[in-house]
Amino acid sequence: MSTIASSAGATQASVRAALTGKHRDTAGTVFQVALLASLLFSLAVLLVLVVDVLSKATPVFAERGVAFLTSPLSSNPAKAGVVQGIVGTAVLALIVAVVAIPIGLATAIYLEEYAGDTRFTRFVQVNIRNLAGVPSVVYGLLGLSVFVALANSLDGAGNGRNILAGGATLAVLVLPIVVITSIEALRAVPNSIREAGYGVGASQWEVIRKLILPSAMPGILTGVVLALSRALGETAPLVLAGAVLGSFSGLSLESLFSGSYTALPMIVYDWSRKPQEAFREDAAAAIVVLLAITLFANGIAILLRNRSEKAW
Amino acid sequence: MMAALSGDPLTTAEPLSPANPKPAKPEPIIELENLSFHYGKFRAVKDVTVSFVPNQITALIGPSGCGKSTLLRTINRMNDLIPGTKVEGRVSYHGQDLYAKDVDPVEVRRRIGMVFQKANPFPKSIYENIAFGPKVTGFKGDMDELVETSLRRAALWDDVKDKLGQSGLALSGGQQQRLCIARAIATNPDVILMDEPCSALDPRSTLQIEELMQELRKNYTILIVTHNMQQAGRASDNTVFLNMAEDRAGYVVEQGPTIGLFTNPKNQLTEDYVSGRFG
Repeated sequence: MSTIASSAGATQASVRAALTGKHRDTAGTVFQVALLASLLFSLAVLLVLVVDVLSKATPVFAERGVAFLTSPLSSNPAKAGVVQGIVGTAVLALIVAVVAIPIGLATAIYLEEYAGDTRFTRFVQVNIRNLAGVPSVVYGLLGLSVFVALANSLDGAGNGRNILAGGATLAVLVLPIVVITSIEALRAVPNSIREAGYGVGASQWEVIRKLILPSAMPGILTGVVLALSRALGETAPLVLAGAVLGSFSGLSLESLFSGSYTALPMIVYDWSRKPQEAFREDAAAAIVVLLAITLFANGIAILLRNRSEKAW
Repeated sequence: MMAALSGDPLTTAEPLSPANPKPAKPEPIIELENLSFHYGKFRAVKDVTVSFVPNQITALIGPSGCGKSTLLRTINRMNDLIPGTKVEGRVSYHGQDLYAKDVDPVEVRRRIGMVFQKANPFPKSIYENIAFGPKVTGFKGDMDELVETSLRRAALWDDVKDKLGQSGLALSGGQQQRLCIARAIATNPDVILMDEPCSALDPRSTLQIEELMQELRKNYTILIVTHNMQQAGRASDNTVFLNMAEDRAGYVVEQGPTIGLFTNPKNQLTEDYVSGRFG
């Protein structure tokens, strides 16, 4: 602070000195650099992964092109294709979407909008969160002991390890993800929208259906993206719930529904363990196909999300 | 319309009949009798007895936290949405107890509309904002016409007639609040509750809303909570002054015609409050 006696010029000089001083924010700079380094590390890992897979997969696609996608499984790496895997994964994704989304969303709506904040609902919510962290192989056991057994008893011919049992297992696996993300999305809808709806004489159902759900839809669809990605990449539950290995050459497309089925992660898992080096390249190509399918499924969900955002 | 709400004629107020000559004062449309309101263990409002006359504007004034908004929200059962609340006493609308067991709060809110402190248009188009209420209440007439009438009554039509398809959220703060008023009148209520509708608006928008209220009182009964003493003085016919007791429960200190209450208050507290000495 300048003294009363100081002239205007002196004040200006001292203010200037105070304002233009270089304060070196060392900790801040270090922090920022550390953040950037973390980002670069994640990017590098991803890049290595993609480059590695693509470089191994390129020869396969270059030599065989679409034939790789349309050929059936084979014990000969030069002939083996992934058509059953593509169809199996697509059907599994469909089953997961049809089972997990409605049940998960309904659960979330009930817990968030109807049930109220009681000790019981809090207990349920904590447990749903815990379920999301349960290892997937545990869900595989559940699939084996419940869905496969159920399908066995329905079928009667011992074909219980079918794609419906596998899809149901994956759906249960991702159900907690759908529930949790939907709850968060519903919770993020401002209360003022609810009040506005009730204020013009809408019933609870109308408020939920016409105001809250459309507002929460982008968040809910984000959860669907996460859930589908998780389901499409799982191998362990499918091993237990009856998907057959990639070298099983007797697998016809028709049998997908009547009995044996497989999925892309199973094929990748199997091929990457084979002694022949050529199968390693096939596995990389199968990974590329799996990534493409996952991106495609997510793309649809993201498209829907953007559209639901625009509508509001 | 009324029959759905007040089933039994015996439970409604004494009817006007030749044997029961019309009183000098107009029949109140809403009456609160010994009303107390609890949030869990906390009593926010105690022993309020007030009546509101049709086609007039009544201002609820008082210091922060004295329960003005709470009181307002008991009238259209908006507080039902908050768990753990309890109402004691009686709230009646045309003589019908609004908290009777067989009264549907949704039906109550269709007749007693509400405008909130913060303008809260639905994240939909301007048109849809107005049409939402009539749609859910089963309006069968010409929706375009209803939207136009409602917007005209809210003095917003000229501002928005060329952009009815745009989002309600794209309007300015004052326009959004007028949109909310238009939305409230689109369901054709009797009574409009306004919970500090101008607290987030600039003086010009505030004035527009106040002028609008004068227009609306021809067709509606308006209850307005306000922090703004000048607003109460300018824009209301009657004023209810609430204060907070030692236990933080709100109670009515004085009520009456606004001019009388402001110029010749009977209670020292009222005089202190309206002259700006506390609150």
